[in-house]
Amino acid sequence: MIPSKEAWDKVLRERHGKERQDKFEAATVAVCGLGGLGSNIAICLARAGVGKLVLIDFDQVDISNLHRQQYKVAQLGQYKTDALRDNLKEIAPYVEVKTHQVLLKEDNAGEILKEADIICEAFDQPEAKAMLTNLVLEKFPEKYLVAGSGMAGMKSGNLIQTKKITDHFYLCGDLSSDIADGMGLVSARVMICAAQEALVVLRLLAGEKDS
Amino acid sequence: MVKVNGETMELAGKSLEEYLVSAEYNMKRIAVERNGRIVPKAEYATTILCDEDSIEVVSFVGGG
Repeated sequence: MIPSKEAWDKVLRERHGKERQDKFEAATVAVCGLGGLGSNIAICLARAGVGKLVLIDFDQVDISNLHRQQYKVAQLGQYKTDALRDNLKEIAPYVEVKTHQVLLKEDNAGEILKEADIICEAFDQPEAKAMLTNLVLEKFPEKYLVAGSGMAGMKSGNLIQTKKITDHFYLCGDLSSDIADGMGLVSARVMICAAQEALVVLRLLAGEKDS
Repeated sequence: MVKVNGETMELAGKSLEEYLVSAEYNMKRIAVERNGRIVPKAEYATTILCDEDSIEVVSFVGGG
């Protein structure tokens, strides 16, 4: 049986503090790309009680995703937007989820992202990462962008850090470990980067900005 | 002197685009911060670097 919304709210407020939780609950966060970064980011934010998540991805769950992305065998072939929404609802039934099963591009991003307070970049291609970063910071100077760069391979997780580039742009990763160098992505290291992105989001929402 | 990603360089008077090309950045993979603000891509060519400028070039790598 699913606990009541009241019971859920009480537990979150006891653990995070009422003031912080009120801010999490009032927030809308967009997650752009639902792979190793995005699926983990979304789960962290849903567990923390962020009120609304906007999930964006064009792709379907593939066997090559299961070693690091938060999907299940039974979800192979489903759109990631649908599969992740279902998984989030099982974890945190009161999170509001909006999905966009599209390839996010310069010509549709404005409309899709306008409702978000904070935007998480969680793509895998460097060109897409740069496109989204420039677009958000140029077109939406009032919003925050949290991006990831450099989490491939097996180097120490301690190299993955969060860097504040501007007041509205935070970058997580080791900034250099490139999947193009032949290093695969390993779930534990990708999750460190995803968790750092999610934590920056929560800190920004809470007003704890100096990370 | 202009500070670029923490290193000081003699770049005053050059355009941002000239520097980025000479440093062989892939223009499709970068975002550039100058003195706390993102420089719009359309302004790389017309942004002239000055002494005391602080530049951060973020060059994205793949994986996610």
